[in-house]
Amino acid sequence: MSGDQITVVVSAIEQVAPSIREFTLTSKDATLYPFSPGSHVVVEMQGESKTYKNAYSLMSDPWDTDAYKIAVRLQDSSRGGSIYMHEQVEVGDELKITPPANMFAPEWGAKKHVLIAGGVGITPFMSYLPELMRRDADFELHYLYRGNNTGAYKAELAQELGARYFGYDSVQGDKCDITTLFAERLLGTHFYICGPESLIEGVKSLADECGVPASAIHYEEFAAPQPGEPFEVEIKSSGVVVPVGAEESMLEALEAAEIEVPNLCRGGVCGQCVCQVEEGEIEHRDHFLSGAEKAAGTAVMPCVSRAKSKRLVIEI
Amino acid sequence: MRVAPKEIQTFRDDFTYSNSPEAIQRFPFPFPEDDYRYSVNMEPHTPKGGEGSAYEHFIDVDEHYLSEMKERSLVLKEMSHRCLAMEHMDLACWDMIERCMVTMSEDYPQHFKLERNGENWTWENKLLNQKDEFVFGDSSTLPLPPMEYIGRQVQGDFALLDQREGDLFLDAGIITCPADWSLAFDAGMNFTEWHGPVPMAHSEGIFERALKYLTAIQVGKPVRRMNWTMTVNARMDTSPETYHEWGHERTSVTPENVAEKVYLRVELQVLDRMPRSNALMFSIRTYLMSLEDIVTNPEWAKRMHRVMKTLPAPLIDYKGLTRYHGMVVEYLSQFDKAN
Repeated sequence: MSGDQITVVVSAIEQVAPSIREFTLTSKDATLYPFSPGSHVVVEMQGESKTYKNAYSLMSDPWDTDAYKIAVRLQDSSRGGSIYMHEQVEVGDELKITPPANMFAPEWGAKKHVLIAGGVGITPFMSYLPELMRRDADFELHYLYRGNNTGAYKAELAQELGARYFGYDSVQGDKCDITTLFAERLLGTHFYICGPESLIEGVKSLADECGVPASAIHYEEFAAPQPGEPFEVEIKSSGVVVPVGAEESMLEALEAAEIEVPNLCRGGVCGQCVCQVEEGEIEHRDHFLSGAEKAAGTAVMPCVSRAKSKRLVIEI
Repeated sequence: MRVAPKEIQTFRDDFTYSNSPEAIQRFPFPFPEDDYRYSVNMEPHTPKGGEGSAYEHFIDVDEHYLSEMKERSLVLKEMSHRCLAMEHMDLACWDMIERCMVTMSEDYPQHFKLERNGENWTWENKLLNQKDEFVFGDSSTLPLPPMEYIGRQVQGDFALLDQREGDLFLDAGIITCPADWSLAFDAGMNFTEWHGPVPMAHSEGIFERALKYLTAIQVGKPVRRMNWTMTVNARMDTSPETYHEWGHERTSVTPENVAEKVYLRVELQVLDRMPRSNALMFSIRTYLMSLEDIVTNPEWAKRMHRVMKTLPAPLIDYKGLTRYHGMVVEYLSQFDKAN
């Protein structure tokens, strides 16, 4: 289900901001697939004690089949993946990645595209831009960042996009007036948001207030699963019990126990890993299940969600 | 055994279409069990059955190639709306061009040749005696719109499904041999809407599961399934638009002519994720085989009798077999004495 992995070689590493590294990945065997704007790959990292699997947006030109680029921000509360990418990976190393998959594609029927990026959330839009320009589409980019710390690529974007670029540096006190963006939108405009959860939630609630239809709002959160209290997960049919540590996700714990769960995004968006819950209380952290489904307590997304109780009994 | 494309035969008027013994042998017979039941029955679209099998290559080019391309041009001449592609599907059409040209030239180098020099491509189709140079991705450099251009060179119907809002939308297609559905009617519909007429399956939750599966199909991991119905005479174009030409033919079946007049119509459907556009390409390759050709294989004759006999009434109606289903069962029963 998770696709045939592709072996790539790290051919370049660049520190594009104090906490952000850009990696260029070149294919070892065949040429790489072209991909659609907004696609991500899951990078597998073989750590000393465990295997990390993190999803990263592809940020190169989707038509470039010679190399992919990803950018990795060193997370404040890294569970190991981003530390590994920053400290262990060197030029010439091999990595395994999945073929590109897309949960955040542009809506090509839109009359206009408004891209809103927060910090390293700029990455999926880096693959939007070449295709938007090839199509001569009407678009603008609003880039919210914190000084040089997260403002990678701002100078080149400003130069390349000209009047279509709007930068907001929070260190300088710049603010993006989302309400005005919504109020002055052309009919048929679609909005795309990528950044921290606070940005996404903020824009979504403003959209609601301003009467922008939910179908015109697209978002992708790049957050990794957050830690929590340890618990146990039991597979009802087999009786197998797997402990889930504070720093790992339920999906990672199941995989470490060699229990296969279909998955694509590993971030609570795609819905592929959904499991039935037979017993136990769930702490839902995903964006896939509806409010009613969450309240029912009969389904869980093991990639990000956890248990409130000591044990969760599930069926895959 | 491979089957070389043969001379042009007709799927209308005098119906000269026929299957050679080799074509009968490689026919993708669709019934794995004696009972017919609904299932999503998906499997990876990887080669099986060895050399010459209908599953040997991603796209099957067989002895009916020239006949089917001729039939397609006749349909499009009369009804140009049988091929349409909404504006936002342009890149998906180019994905389809790339997928078809790359695999066809690799799998059938004797018939097709592709030269790529950056974005400058040269495509040669020796079967249709045409050679074109174009700039990949630039629709103005093709002699026809991209969907129609490639669709006129590949057997089977093709639809390109746009994926958005967690759903699939039928936003482009070239549909000249449908089993009684209309592209013009279904265009722009989502997955649940265009499956509206299918009986029984809605309450069984099949479509929800299928949609979840389809939206997760990954690049490089195509899947296939089979579907089937029956057609009176070897008519490829059984569309609602031409119903007045073929609907009444169901009344022409008699116990005497059932074996030669009734055809099992098999659809080999492939779903393949398009890398550049994230669209899903849905191809429907139709194979027609008369009952008299099918019963040359005793196993097929026996199994088909059992399937036909146990077919639920709603499906008999949905597939349009009501008027002659009894005659088919009666004819096939002679090959399945035990049942």
